[in-house]
Amino acid sequence: MILEGKSWKFGDDISTDHIAPGRLFHLRSNLPELAKHVLEDADPEFAEKVQKGDFVVGGNNFGLGSSREHAPTIIKMAGVGAVLAKSFARIFFRNAINVGLPVLECDTDRIREGDVLRVDLSAGVIENKSTGEKLDFVALPDVMIRILNDGGLLAHIEKHQGFKFD
Amino acid sequence: MGKTLAEKLLSTKAGKEVVAGELAIAQVDVAFFQDGTGPLAVRQLRKINLEKVADSKRSILFLDHAAPSPRRELSNDHVLLRGFAEKTGAVLSEINEGVCHQRVIETFARPGDVVIGADSHSCTAGALCAFATGMGSTDVAVGMALGRTWFRVPSTFRVVAEGKFQKGVYSKDLILHLIGKIGADGATYRALEFGGGAIDKMGMSERLTLSNMAVEAGAKVGLIASDAVTEAFLKKYVRKADFKAISPDPDAVYERVIEMDVTQLEPVVSCPHTVDNTRPAKELAGTHVHQVFIGSCTNGRLEDLEVAARIMKGKRRHPRTRVIVIPASRSVYLDALEAGHLKVFVEAGATVLGPGCGPCVGVHEGALGDGEVCLSTQNRNFKGRMGNPEGLIYLASPATAAATAIKGEIADPREVL
Repeated sequence: MILEGKSWKFGDDISTDHIAPGRLFHLRSNLPELAKHVLEDADPEFAEKVQKGDFVVGGNNFGLGSSREHAPTIIKMAGVGAVLAKSFARIFFRNAINVGLPVLECDTDRIREGDVLRVDLSAGVIENKSTGEKLDFVALPDVMIRILNDGGLLAHIEKHQGFKFD
Repeated sequence: MGKTLAEKLLSTKAGKEVVAGELAIAQVDVAFFQDGTGPLAVRQLRKINLEKVADSKRSILFLDHAAPSPRRELSNDHVLLRGFAEKTGAVLSEINEGVCHQRVIETFARPGDVVIGADSHSCTAGALCAFATGMGSTDVAVGMALGRTWFRVPSTFRVVAEGKFQKGVYSKDLILHLIGKIGADGATYRALEFGGGAIDKMGMSERLTLSNMAVEAGAKVGLIASDAVTEAFLKKYVRKADFKAISPDPDAVYERVIEMDVTQLEPVVSCPHTVDNTRPAKELAGTHVHQVFIGSCTNGRLEDLEVAARIMKGKRRHPRTRVIVIPASRSVYLDALEAGHLKVFVEAGATVLGPGCGPCVGVHEGALGDGEVCLSTQNRNFKGRMGNPEGLIYLASPATAAATAIKGEIADPREVL
């Protein structure tokens, strides 16, 4: 799969409270409305600015905090093609794969705000078209590739009527 | 080769020997949602026509994050969850029962169990030596329906705590100090395993505080061997038969061993907006606090309320500092009522609310105003956590919180003990 879009840079420790704040708890059963507030506490205008296919580019420990799957879900609903970060918090990482949002661990210091990226998921390469630089990303565990390729955890379970990793 | 607790627990539940780094498809013993993550989970199961539970006695839906519901959208979420419980036979923990993690350790989790909860602090039950971890709605929904889930077996950081706590210093100070030292991502993907003389001597309530906050260092689980303390705890909740002694092998292989001398510890406070931003409480003297919250799955147990009540007895809150106290569960509420602690709090000018998550999740019961400062016994101080990105949250022990409530500014509890 090839993804291409513009980068939106965020810092270290972007929590699920930045992405889907607790004060909007009442919108969790209204995901299209919640998605209008995605990443609001990190960048209040993000939801308006982001274009389909763009990338969220974070620093260390992206997605720390709550287990709320609503966080990766609304990032995906906002049209984001993938999240790139130096590292991810565990639950967010697993949730993102489960909802079919690619999460890529790479050296995001090599990416600036607004840089245009081209990501080849199967080849494992990120091309920064604005700088001409190529970046590697850490390969996902086999289990997660399997889930992602099936279209997320729910689709995986429906397809195989259970877990099928061998 | 010897096994860590994580390797032992997952080997048993996977039905084969597994070591760190390997994949385990494990049996799920306890699975639960809360009212913030449950509605999405139920809708996911409906999408693939899998609205069922593998073990109705150990599948639980907790109404705790917005309990009682402050608005119609959340009332409708509660309606949805009650309907799911009725249809599947899953256990419903109503709005009067308390925080999921406290209820799980009182009633459901057993040493040796695999516990998955759609809430990040599900690692709390690790103090009972259950492989307990937080996951998202879909993962828990599937685990609840099929009775199985997958794990990558984590490598382990063993935290060895020796020595004797000074007066006024508690396990909350230990865990905040540890997170400050290794960082909020210091143990990402790892298991934390707590041991050593200071842990052996610690009561269950204090152990639960350690395991509860394992996720704040990024860890998957926070495990403690089960022993006589665990057995006595289970006995209190009339389930002594659930006890099983489990300990790591002496020759287990650890990725890292972190040694701590608790004798040296002082009261610690996490400053806004990350848990690893720690400082000694005494260095924060002069920081005015508008709201103190004593409660949560981290420090809302009887022992916590007792420490705070001892400090606040016969005193009044500072006139410019409001105080909210919330017992973590109905059982804790009753015990605190009987012990007279709740009377102490009300007389001191605190607001005592019914069991639940309270203001910790920013939904209700004490959202902060712009620029307001809260000192809380909860586990997380992220920007926006308590309902307002313009609020500032400090984290500390119940003793530090009680001392702060009286002084009106961040206080070292050793001054008043």
